[in-house]
Amino acid sequence: MDIVVCIKQVPDTAEVRINPETNTLIREGVPSIINPYDMHAIEAGLRIRETVGGKVTVITMGPPQAESALRDAISMGADDVILITDKAFAGSDTLATSYTLSKAINKLGAHIILCGKQAIDGDTAQVGPEIAEFLGIPHISYVKRIEDIRADYIKVHRLMEEGYDIVESTLPVLLTVVKELNEPRLPSLKGKMAAKKAEIKRWKASDLEADPDRLGLKGSPTWVKNIFAPEVKKDRKILQGSIEEQVDALIAELRRFGCV
Amino acid sequence: MDYFLTEEQLMIRDLTRQIAEEKVIPVRAELDEKEEFPWEIMKVLAQSDLFGLFIPEEYGGLGKGCLELCIAVEELSRACLGVSTSYAANALGTYPILLFGSDDQKKRYLPDIAAGKRLVAFGLTEANAGSDAGGIQTTARLEGNEYVLNGTKQWITNGGEAEIYTIIAITDRAKGARGASAFIVEKGTPGFTFGKKEKKMGIRASVTRELIFDNCRIPKDNILGREGMGFIVAMKTLDNSRTGVGAQGVGVAQGAFEEAVKFSRQRVQFGHPIISFQAVQHMLADMATEIEAARSLVYSVARYIDSGAKDISKESAMAKVFATDVAMKVTTDAVQIMGGSGYMREYPVEKMMRDAKILQIYEGTNQIQRNVIGQAIIKEAARGK
Amino acid sequence: MRIVVKPEVCTGCETCIDSCPYTAIVMKEGKAFITEYCQLCRACLGVCPEGAIIEVTEESDLKPSQVAQPSEYKGVWVFAEQRYGKVAGVALELLGIGRRLADDRSVELSAVLFGSTESEARELIKWGADRVYHCKDPIFDRFNDEPYCELLSLLITEHKPEIVLAGATPVGRSFFPRVAARLRTGLTADCTSLLIDQETGNLLQVRPAFGGNIMATIVCPNTRPQMATVRPRVMKKGEYREDRKGEIIHVEARGLHSHTKVIDSVREVSEVSVNLQEAEVIVSGGRGLGDQKGFKLLEELAEILGGAIGASRAAVDEGWIPYSHQVGQTGKTVCPKIYIACGISGAVQHLVGMQSSDIIIAINKNPEAPIFNVANYGIIGDVYEVLPLLIKKLRSLKGQQ
Repeated sequence: MDIVVCIKQVPDTAEVRINPETNTLIREGVPSIINPYDMHAIEAGLRIRETVGGKVTVITMGPPQAESALRDAISMGADDVILITDKAFAGSDTLATSYTLSKAINKLGAHIILCGKQAIDGDTAQVGPEIAEFLGIPHISYVKRIEDIRADYIKVHRLMEEGYDIVESTLPVLLTVVKELNEPRLPSLKGKMAAKKAEIKRWKASDLEADPDRLGLKGSPTWVKNIFAPEVKKDRKILQGSIEEQVDALIAELRRFGCV
Repeated sequence: MDYFLTEEQLMIRDLTRQIAEEKVIPVRAELDEKEEFPWEIMKVLAQSDLFGLFIPEEYGGLGKGCLELCIAVEELSRACLGVSTSYAANALGTYPILLFGSDDQKKRYLPDIAAGKRLVAFGLTEANAGSDAGGIQTTARLEGNEYVLNGTKQWITNGGEAEIYTIIAITDRAKGARGASAFIVEKGTPGFTFGKKEKKMGIRASVTRELIFDNCRIPKDNILGREGMGFIVAMKTLDNSRTGVGAQGVGVAQGAFEEAVKFSRQRVQFGHPIISFQAVQHMLADMATEIEAARSLVYSVARYIDSGAKDISKESAMAKVFATDVAMKVTTDAVQIMGGSGYMREYPVEKMMRDAKILQIYEGTNQIQRNVIGQAIIKEAARGK
Repeated sequence: MRIVVKPEVCTGCETCIDSCPYTAIVMKEGKAFITEYCQLCRACLGVCPEGAIIEVTEESDLKPSQVAQPSEYKGVWVFAEQRYGKVAGVALELLGIGRRLADDRSVELSAVLFGSTESEARELIKWGADRVYHCKDPIFDRFNDEPYCELLSLLITEHKPEIVLAGATPVGRSFFPRVAARLRTGLTADCTSLLIDQETGNLLQVRPAFGGNIMATIVCPNTRPQMATVRPRVMKKGEYREDRKGEIIHVEARGLHSHTKVIDSVREVSEVSVNLQEAEVIVSGGRGLGDQKGFKLLEELAEILGGAIGASRAAVDEGWIPYSHQVGQTGKTVCPKIYIACGISGAVQHLVGMQSSDIIIAINKNPEAPIFNVANYGIIGDVYEVLPLLIKKLRSLKGQQ
């Protein structure tokens, strides 16, 4: 079974802060990691390979630095990795990104495509379903369990607002996965050694048979108009006095709002 | 301090540290409390290829040496000595096969061991044969194509959990020390059963059981080396594994030291963090110095062994005795620095102190190690070396 | 488009270097230089104290819109999600914001309802819709991406609305991207605010990014419709008017097919998450509690106030409390009357999940904790000192009554 996992290298958002004076991200010292949800997608790919056999190819679209994310994927056990990188991709929104990735997947051929449910930097959760649409294949979002997988059939549990659905599909199919699906493995020593030596394949726009008008900024209907720091409330009040006095003041306020 | 580790050695250190921090530390208190064998962690170690570290590549391992094993053991010990004991005892049980196994035996067992599919244990100690290995009473009698084992091994680490056992038994009592032989016995062999799980002071995540042989028949081919080589197998095995016990000492001492430093920066008395007091600083300074000395010795001996040195008894005994005495002292001092908090189970140092004690006892007590060193000194002096 | 540094203006102060998420800005001969790693994210624009970093439009940027002429498209649509036949709360919130947008653009507001009943369709009108496109076909009873995508795409192509909104729920976030991809238009996920740019008539779509650490305004100027999913519980419901008139248009399910099939739906509503999102009072704990036991105190307080228990990601990550209690970007968005944050420092990722609460009370040892920036009332003190006292006093108050 040909398994393709799409991953993204992201800044560890838990570490990101904003400079309120300049309204920009303070990126200093923020480590780059594989998007945490994508780690579950890689793990799912490896487990499918262990169950039904096949090959796991991990791909990412991004700047040349994203190579380190692919090395991490090799150290976990990916058979092959491809970095899709080109200046022509700069400024891609989700539509252009999914178009580009779908072209790469077309070239690779895949029975099952796995994505994390969303990336923690953009949180859009759009690339997976959009890739499926461009490939003309079904997708199932928020997969939390894979109950059965065979050459042409899959049965999964899909997380919903009020529980879960049991969904079956023909293959090829694209799944976006949630954390409940599995626990990603740690790298192996052999994997780490292989990752260090591995030559990372790079695909450019010209390798993809893609319509140049649909790539990068040109192929992106949405634009970021501006970014700003989240608003903060102004009517704040630090209570004064001893702890006891503060607690009394607080209770007075709570009573004012009819909560006590 | 920089020990000029190679890139691969650093990789091994980083990976075992990651496993220790992400998988071991969160559960170590629970494992200790419940006296539970860490199968989940063993699976992680297996998946990360760590069981194959010191096994040659031709048998599915990574072909690394003693230093790499010490680095991995040290990192695991920094988090939990119970876990690292289960891991290190596997290496202890594997050495007889690695050092004395026939090619056939190696092919049969090492790939599974390297993959972490089957755990190994080493069975030497008996009720009347501890420091005095000459007191072994378990016998192996050749009957046709089979050896018949009878007797009981005591306090065997990984007993019951392991699937492969390397056992020392007497084949010819008349020959004394030359009458012992080493065998491979697989779990599930009729006549081979286990006693109850021992309740221990420390390293409670590891298991310790009796191995009971009652007319246990094993194929003749399961002998390691030749008949009569049992003591040589045992001594060479211990020579190789002892440095690893030293690495355990370095690891647990490092873990306790770090806890003590962290605590003494937070704990305020007389209006100051206690680390600002010289009494505490001097204790920490001694601890740090002793740990570094122990690590230097362990790494140096490991490198000496990896260089292919033949006679390593004295050096490995030195590494073991020094590093484990340091471990006992440093963990005790860590509890002392942390005072009441250190004594409580809420903090990890009391466990580290309980755990550390075994290092001075197992794989040859530190008194026996000093005997080994002493005998080597006498021999060297006699040779005028 | 390109982003460049005007070398004659750059003073080499290096302020811009750390603003780039892709480390694409380097110093070259004492001046900042933007390398080919630039992803055109615009994070550096505005950072330069000298204004040396600028956007340069290139000839290739001036492209005709390939998909649609914006002027042909009219009207605001909301997709009304139903669960087990009942219209979901988020649909009513969408009608609230949709109504405002439609009024701003002087156009009609339509709702699209797949599955469910005619009486539910009529409810949508009372909540603000001028028109409801309703398809009763049983294929829609359970959510399935392909038929949902197929029919909505057809309807959009036929009627050409300028704005189409859905809830940022598992349903909306799953099939809306497919629709957008099919129509080759832009989609903005998880918006927390929507408004019309009076100058251009474009929809300004505001959403959090980088785990809620920043907010971004997104526009989709050249393609139509402009599509967005809207975070539940952020928008206010519209006004319910029994007498509002509107039209229900019945739509046939035409030749829909699907590769996927929902065999069964299992309802597993966690008491906790329901309580959390509907509670009037939430007592929430963070890393500052130090350990699991802190939540016992929180429970006592919540019991007195009739509230629910929330938590920051830090507390959940520590394993002190299950994920279902998590409030914030990666957890629940809540909007209670009173939110009491105990030992929560107030990382932005937490703040986005609770800052629309009516009253926020923060208890924290650290006077610098960002939680105090959003708190209406702040107590600077140890949670373990403040809470027992608060609990004691509240108890005795209750006793008096």
